[in-house]
Amino acid sequence: MATSAIIFYTISGVMILFSLLAVTSRRILRAAIYLLFALAGTAALYFMVDYQFLAAVQLIVYAGGIVVLIIFSVLLTTHINEKLEKPTWGKVFITATLALGGLVLTLFILTNHEFVLGTKPSAEATVSVIGERLLGYQAGGYVLPFEVISILLLAAMIGAIVIAKRNATKS
Amino acid sequence: MMEHVPISHVLMVTSTMFFIGAYGFLTRRNLVTMLIGVELMLNAVNINFVIFDRYLYPDQIEGHFFALFIIAIAAAEAAVAIAIFINLYRNIRSIDVEKVDNMKY
Repeated sequence: MATSAIIFYTISGVMILFSLLAVTSRRILRAAIYLLFALAGTAALYFMVDYQFLAAVQLIVYAGGIVVLIIFSVLLTTHINEKLEKPTWGKVFITATLALGGLVLTLFILTNHEFVLGTKPSAEATVSVIGERLLGYQAGGYVLPFEVISILLLAAMIGAIVIAKRNATKS
Repeated sequence: MMEHVPISHVLMVTSTMFFIGAYGFLTRRNLVTMLIGVELMLNAVNINFVIFDRYLYPDQIEGHFFALFIIAIAAAEAAVAIAIFINLYRNIRSIDVEKVDNMKY
């Protein structure tokens, strides 16, 4: 077995383990930390397929931004020693059956489908290529989605501030 | 990695992750933990984009840009969602979904 295969199976084992812990842990803060490990494993996968820029973005935005945001909201809204109550057995059973059924169906289709692998040499995703594509307006350029998403981010930022701001008239 | 790991194995890992996220979204009753489930699902889909791009169309990098844009949208979504949770907690002192039914009637 090649080294990269061993690394890949280790990373995926870690990712699945921590995803399971993140959805079953009864302490919310721990669930957030387990999510952090699952997201870091994803970044490692991106490194393995030679998308260094994407891996860095994943680490900065997900691990550095979203997880910190989740931890802050946990600290603001729940007591630190509080344990979540267990979901009822019936609910767990029905949901697990649904999820497992979907998973089995997906795996069945995956294993029976013949994927036509690309044979061309793989393109380099260097930062200069990414920058030219993101700001390019020729065919294959992404300047319109780039601008739209910058407006979306601005709107989301203003919206978050307005929603979370303390109401001046009430207090 | 691409020579030694078949694409179906990677896709099995991501679909497992996706359904774990779906399970978490459906069983949890606290809004923050439901958000964690949604993030797991988004993340699994993101890996799928990158993996399909790298294995099936290695001469193009479109999957890379899809993943980038999805990350940006996930960040915006998480920021707005958490602002709503904080406002909700301030108003009804709880972020349990069973108690958030004031706006229903």
